[in-house]
Amino acid sequence: MKFFFFISVLTSFLFAQPEVPTLKQWVNDYTNTLNGNQLETLNYRLKAFEDSTTNQLVMLMIATLNDYPVEYYSHEVAQKNKIGTEENDNGALLFIAKNDKKLRIEVGYGLEGALPDALASSIIRNVIVPHFKKNDFYAGITAGIDAIISAIAGEYKADRDVSEDDEETPFISIIIMIIFGILMFIFRGGGRGRRGGLIYFGGLGGGRGGFSSGGFGGFSGGGGSFGGGGASGSW
Amino acid sequence: MKNKGLIITLSIIGVIVLFVIILVVWGVGSYNNLVTLNESVDQSWSQVENQYQRRADLIPNLVNTVKGYAEFERGVLTDVTEARSRVSQFNVTPEVLNDPQAFQRFQQLQGELSNALSRLLVTVENYPTLKANENFLQLQAQLEGTENRISVERRNFNQTVQTYNTTIKRFPNSIFAGIFGFGEKQYFKSAPGSETPPKVEF
Repeated sequence: MKFFFFISVLTSFLFAQPEVPTLKQWVNDYTNTLNGNQLETLNYRLKAFEDSTTNQLVMLMIATLNDYPVEYYSHEVAQKNKIGTEENDNGALLFIAKNDKKLRIEVGYGLEGALPDALASSIIRNVIVPHFKKNDFYAGITAGIDAIISAIAGEYKADRDVSEDDEETPFISIIIMIIFGILMFIFRGGGRGRRGGLIYFGGLGGGRGGFSSGGFGGFSGGGGSFGGGGASGSW
Repeated sequence: MKNKGLIITLSIIGVIVLFVIILVVWGVGSYNNLVTLNESVDQSWSQVENQYQRRADLIPNLVNTVKGYAEFERGVLTDVTEARSRVSQFNVTPEVLNDPQAFQRFQQLQGELSNALSRLLVTVENYPTLKANENFLQLQAQLEGTENRISVERRNFNQTVQTYNTTIKRFPNSIFAGIFGFGEKQYFKSAPGSETPPKVEF
């Protein structure tokens, strides 16, 4: 039994597996195809997208897979870098092996509903590949990222927006806190009870979290995980 | 003198009681650990099953779409449909994991379905109009995605089972596993090459 298992493990090592990189940016081009401006534009775009939705969309372009299966490699990259938040698994990876003329959209568990395989495949075939065939990688990647963003944009929202958009939640929590404050007042006596209430009011503004990178730092994964969803293609 | 005898007896009893307590605490810890691991094996198994089920659910749609192209070889389609119905008839319970023969049978049936499907997809290559059909392409993408998910979940499952099997075979868990009836679980063994999802170029 185990013997067979080890054989299967061995066969997967028979392919010369390219190194799985630790991604530091949203857009990672290891082939020097995109110029500095293009990299910056896309990077800024994806960073802003993450800040407003917590969705982590990452692009990786490498030269060649050395015949290693694209599905394995892109899954390993996505898993290792933990793209997406741990809470929602809302990560996606646009992976391109330039010289092999292969690409894949790897979709995290939490985005499989918004970006099902059929749609991912359609984006690859109808949106990205036509540009790649003309060797216009920047246009292909940009169009692909646009299409992926428009598919997954509505799925999640950054928590800090929720308190602004959703009016009911703060209202209810204020009532709960007032009741809590009154209870504290009754049970604990004046001064202390009021302080208890105030502390809870203070907590209202701070309710957020879940996104991993901020300020001027680069990309860092939020703990998302992948189950093999997405689609592959070639040009 | 009598007092001394009493003290010795009491301390012997004390040591025995202490020993029993340690053993019980140890046993409970080990049991709970095994239950947790067993649970995680079952959970990853249900993920595998889900994906196989998802594949089975896609097939009627795929077969119907392909059938629309009347000249399409009937034999290949019949193979797929039959392999699918054999898979659906196989009743999968978590018990399958403890039974090497049932597990092998499950794998064999799913393998036959995989083979029938890849034959179908190879034959499709001869039908350019079908290959250009957007509906077919989408089904194709869903099928590929499912095959890929199956392979991911199978790898996860094998890893979970490996942890479980290693734990129950190691001392001292091996003793408690024996007492509480935690048996070895089955791995997915792949025929070389079959772990890679089927390659279909368009």
